Amino acid sequence: MNWIDTILQGVLLGGLYALFAAGLSLVFGIMRLVNLAHGDLIILAAYLILVIVSALGLNPFLAALVAMPVMFALGWLLQRVVLNRVLGNDILPPLLVTFGLSIVIQNALLQGFSADSQRIGAGALETASVDFGPVTLGVMPMLTFASAILVIVGLNQLFYRTAMGRAFRATSDDPVTASLMGIKPASVFAQATGIAMIVVTIAALYLGMRANFDPTIGPARLIYAFEAVIIGGLGSLWGTLAGGVIIGVAQTLGAAVNPEWQILAGHVAFLLVLLVRPRGLFPRAYD
Amino acid sequence: MALLQTRGLTARYGDSQALFGVDIALGQGETIAIIGANGAGKTTLLRTIAGVLRSDPGMVMFDGAEIGARPADEIMKLGIAMVPEGRKLFPSLSVEENLLIGAHGRKAAGPWNLDAVLDLFPVLKEKRAVPGTALSGGQQQMVAIGRALMSNPRVLLCDEISLGLAPVVIRDIYAAFPRIRAGGASVIVVEQDIGQAMKVASRVYCMMEGRVTLEGLPGDLSREAIHAAYFGAVA
Repeated sequence: MNWIDTILQGVLLGGLYALFAAGLSLVFGIMRLVNLAHGDLIILAAYLILVIVSALGLNPFLAALVAMPVMFALGWLLQRVVLNRVLGNDILPPLLVTFGLSIVIQNALLQGFSADSQRIGAGALETASVDFGPVTLGVMPMLTFASAILVIVGLNQLFYRTAMGRAFRATSDDPVTASLMGIKPASVFAQATGIAMIVVTIAALYLGMRANFDPTIGPARLIYAFEAVIIGGLGSLWGTLAGGVIIGVAQTLGAAVNPEWQILAGHVAFLLVLLVRPRGLFPRAYD
Repeated sequence: MALLQTRGLTARYGDSQALFGVDIALGQGETIAIIGANGAGKTTLLRTIAGVLRSDPGMVMFDGAEIGARPADEIMKLGIAMVPEGRKLFPSLSVEENLLIGAHGRKAAGPWNLDAVLDLFPVLKEKRAVPGTALSGGQQQMVAIGRALMSNPRVLLCDEISLGLAPVVIRDIYAAFPRIRAGGASVIVVEQDIGQAMKVASRVYCMMEGRVTLEGLPGDLSREAIHAAYFGAVA
C-alpha cells in the first residue's frame, strides 16, 4: 500500500467536502442559520447544471457559469421570502423550515427527474491523471481541490477586503447595531445566501462530474458538510477546508485498511476532533 | 422650526409601555441633554428616534418629514446617527473597520472622514489595526463616537457616553464636543451625570417613568426642581 498516495487522495477528496461545507459555513457564520436543506440545494444545482448541459450542449464548466446567477437568485429569494421570516433568538423555526425545504426539494426532483442516477459528463477529464513519481493524481480531484482553495481565498477576500464583507461581519456580530450603520440585515442575509448558492453550484459541478447523483443523496452531503464545518470551527472558512481534508484523509485511510470502513472512518475522525476540541480546530475568538 | 421633534411619542417593549407622550424638540445646531434616573425612558427615547423601536406615524418629525415608522437603516441614511449605550463596537472588526462602517449607509459630504476622526481622537491612530473590543473603555467610546461621525450626521444621538468611565476619560471625551458641534451636527446627549449634561447642553429635559417631567435652560433650573423631576419628590 502506498500511504503517501492514500493520504494525497484523501487531501484531494477533502477539497470536495470543503466545497460542500463552504456555503454552509458562510451562512452559519453570518446569520447563525443551520440550513438542513444545504445538501439538497447542492443536488438541485447539480440537476440545474445537467439540464443546461443537455439543453444548450454546453461544457459543464460553462453550464455552471450559467447556473450561478440562477442559483444566486434562488438563494436570495429563499432568504428574503422564507428564511428571514423565521430567523430570531429561537433556532427551532429555521431548523424546521429548512428540514421541510429539504423534503420539498427531494420530492420535486424525484417528480421532475425520477429516482434514476445521473451524471454530468466531463469527457476525457473524468479519467485524466498526472504522474508525480510513485503517485498518480487524477486531474478532476486536483481541479476540485484547487477550486476549493480558490473559493475559500475568494470568500476571505470578500469578507476582509471589501465593504460588503465588513457589513457581513458587522451584521453577524450585532444586527441591531449594524442597522444603525445604515445596513439592512435582511438584505445582507439575502446577499450572503445568494453567494452561498454560488459556492453550492461549484460544489454541485464537481459532485456531478465525479460521481452519480440522484434526488435523495443530499442529506449525506449535508452530513459531510456539517462535519467539516464543525471540525474547522464554526464560521472559520480555512477551518472548513481543514475539516474537509481531515474527513477526506480519514476516509481514504479507513478505506485503505478495509473498504467497508471508508465512511465510518470519516465519522470517527469527526467524533475524535469533537472530543479533543469541542469548539473545532479554529474557533472564532469572540463567539 | 425644530430640526427634530417628537410629538406625544409613545413606545412599548412588548406589552410594557415605556414612553408616555414624550414631546421634545432639537433645533438646528443645538445640543440638548436628556437626564433622568435608570429606567426613566431616556435610552428608549433615543432608540425610538433612531428607529430601533418603531413608533406610530406622526410621532417623530425630522426636517419636516415623518420618520417614526421607518426602520433604523433608513433613518440613519437620512442623517441621524447614534452612539449606543455600551458602545456596541463590532468585535470582528478592527478599530479602522469599526470607523469605516459608520459611513456604510450614508456617504454625505462634510467635515468627517477617517483622517478627521483620527485627528479628533489621536490616541486611536496607533490602534487602527487592533480589534475594537481590545481597547480600553474610554478608547472604545471614542471609536463609537467617531463611527457615528463618519456618516457626517445632521443629528447625533449620544446614549450614556460617560457610563462606566473614569472622570478624566469623560473629560477627554466631552472635550471633543465643541469640534463636533462646529462640524454642523445637532446633538442629543442622554446622561445620568447631571453636571456634565448641564455643561454641554443649551437645553435640558428631565425624564421620569417614561415622561418628561422638566424642561428648561441649564441656568434656569434649580437644584430642587431637578431633584423633584429626577426622583419625583422635593428634597
